[in-house]
Amino acid sequence: MGKKKHDTPLLDQLESGPWPSFITGLKRLADDNDMMVDLLGQLEHSYKTRKGYWKGGTASVIGYGGGVIPRFSEVADMFPESAEFHTLRIMPAPAMHYTSDILRKFCDIWEKYGSGLIALHGQTGDVMLQGCTTENMQPCFDEFNELGFDMGGAGPSVRTGMSCVGHARCEHSCYDTARAHRQLLNAFIDDLHRPALPYKFKFKFSGCGNDCMNSVQRSDMAVIGTWRDDIEVNQEEVRKFVAAKGRQYVNENVVMRCPTQCLSLNEDDTLAVDNANCVRCMHCINVMTKALSPGKERGATILVGGKRTLKIGDLLGTVLVPFMKLETPEDYDALQELAGNMIDFWAENALEHERMGEMIERIGLGNFLEGLGLEVDPDMVAHPRANPYVRLDAWEEEVAKWNARQAAAT
Amino acid sequence: MAEQPRMPIESGTPDAFQYMHPLFQRNYGQWAWHERPRPGVLRHVAKSGDEVWTVRAGTQRQMDVYTIRKLCDIADEYAEGFVRFTIRSNIEFMVSAQDKVQPLIDKLLEEGFPIGGTGNSVSMISHTQGWLHCDIPGSDASGVVKSLMDELHAEFIREDMPNKVKISTSCCQINCGGQADIAINIQHTKPPKINHDLVSNLCERPSVVSRCPAAAIRPAMVNGSPSLEVDEKKCICCGACFPPCPPMQINDPEHSKLAIWVGGKNSNARSKPSLHKLVAAGIPNNPPRWPEAATIIKTIIKTYKEDAREWERMNEWVERIGWKNFFKKTGLPFTRFHIDDWGRTRHTLNTSTHIRF
Repeated sequence: MGKKKHDTPLLDQLESGPWPSFITGLKRLADDNDMMVDLLGQLEHSYKTRKGYWKGGTASVIGYGGGVIPRFSEVADMFPESAEFHTLRIMPAPAMHYTSDILRKFCDIWEKYGSGLIALHGQTGDVMLQGCTTENMQPCFDEFNELGFDMGGAGPSVRTGMSCVGHARCEHSCYDTARAHRQLLNAFIDDLHRPALPYKFKFKFSGCGNDCMNSVQRSDMAVIGTWRDDIEVNQEEVRKFVAAKGRQYVNENVVMRCPTQCLSLNEDDTLAVDNANCVRCMHCINVMTKALSPGKERGATILVGGKRTLKIGDLLGTVLVPFMKLETPEDYDALQELAGNMIDFWAENALEHERMGEMIERIGLGNFLEGLGLEVDPDMVAHPRANPYVRLDAWEEEVAKWNARQAAAT
Repeated sequence: MAEQPRMPIESGTPDAFQYMHPLFQRNYGQWAWHERPRPGVLRHVAKSGDEVWTVRAGTQRQMDVYTIRKLCDIADEYAEGFVRFTIRSNIEFMVSAQDKVQPLIDKLLEEGFPIGGTGNSVSMISHTQGWLHCDIPGSDASGVVKSLMDELHAEFIREDMPNKVKISTSCCQINCGGQADIAINIQHTKPPKINHDLVSNLCERPSVVSRCPAAAIRPAMVNGSPSLEVDEKKCICCGACFPPCPPMQINDPEHSKLAIWVGGKNSNARSKPSLHKLVAAGIPNNPPRWPEAATIIKTIIKTYKEDAREWERMNEWVERIGWKNFFKKTGLPFTRFHIDDWGRTRHTLNTSTHIRF
């Protein structure tokens, strides 16, 4: 304790301005923690030289293969106290609810074993405890574990999940995101703690098409809430909204903004909805929260394959299941079974370091569907094939399957 | 016999109910509607008639335990002891009565936490770890975000953008960071410099070769030991080889630049989700406050704010006015590098006579 602080003229410039300063926080930690004195020294060195100085390695806790992000300093000769500065990833509860009591306990444990620096939260939704020595990893994890928290994912594994506030506070929420989140993550906990998959696999759960979790862009399996009956309209509230905002406002900002032109404002200031043509985009509901809400027959659309750039470029998720009812425990079990089938197929068929979306791109969605035993559906495509480069020997068979399904559905 | 080590309790993701505000528990799945009485405040009304008021404040994300304890003190004294965090590292305090809202806001402001980030505002920037903790960063993350949020503070605490503006940053080109209305990402401009002495000891060469999107890396013998070589004509300087093989030094204080991307959208509201598009590059990676990047971001936001119609997200505004007008109105140059040539890209060209004059 009490090591003299390094001069940090560049970092000091990040203490002014109206936004809360992380540098002020790091300096406060350095008052009582020599590791943070040298951490600030190394960060200033990075700012000066415009280079990073951390390297990975191996570090773990007993029983698990992942969850620790080891960091060893390449400039430890200059900054010895922060030579080891590992991160522990801890999974928070769905939608990141905390009592002040549990956050204080986090702080007390982390102050005892680590740097005192916590990111709330990492990009995949973990509590990131940053700055632990190799020696302290195990006792620190043990205390978090005894408190009821478990290690998050890292490496080629199922990663920590994320879900929106959902049923806890949001009237748009079309299924129990927290329940799906917890059930699926805990069903695949072995794949989370012991990295043995082709690459990372992320689940994200959004309660409606607003997709507050960015699941379509950022998860291998996106579960996005929707409904399949009619949108609920409270015409009395529509009238009040029109009275308050005026017909022109409603026409320009609700009716004309509907992507499928399925709204019209009646002469008596009520709203007509062409429900068969509604794509559940959420815009009108977002604007008129009191007058409009999702229908009663609720569930989710499942999209697969979203990811960032590496290796083949950024991919958005694409529809795998247009609608899955999510009400009963059996419905949630079916969601879990689907996820398990997807992970199994991917684990068997993907190349090393190949994400779900990349594998589907390589083998074709048709083959993926066949592998999972799922039926093809027009909701899976933006438009049908636009080129003739395909063998159609089995056309009649496929038509027969479609006809049989159509007959069974009626 | 040696003492048995403690084995982990594989408890997984914890149950949220034990940490949830009692009104959330009581009205779980039974909410009726909500409104935003002012920026940074949400009022949710349940079918039961219960109401919960949420106050949202910005944080620095990278938090010291003293700041977290301060937020806990505020939660206990001015709220009801329950908080949650958003995906963009904002903290939310929930209270059961309207009269608790203003004192809570006053206290948060007094302690330096901005109130906002709701509705049609510029919310906190989602970001990565950067020089503070990442092993492959070309830049810092928290510093870029602190600098930009200082500049965008006025738009965080108000709700007068046409629609939400979500921003992300990333300190490498290909891994973390997210799609966003505006993304500020590292873009390397030179091939990796290879430290041949270290390759054979540190790198599994076949996996480095297979990691390259451009098939530009080959195994080679250099100075009598196994190493790798890069076909610099093919190399796209993405840095994919660096994480599996640190001797492939891609980060460069001068040549690792910043690029700005516009028009990523996750929401399904109105238009379908979309990926962000390159608008500016070659921006110096200039700590501690990255002024060149900040200037361009502020120009884009100002132009969008002035020109977009109500409820148009960034990409929807650009779709309506056309990319030519985006470049004209923002004053950003359009170059041959804006034309996509990676993979099958013909669908990104204009196959019509739809041209604005």
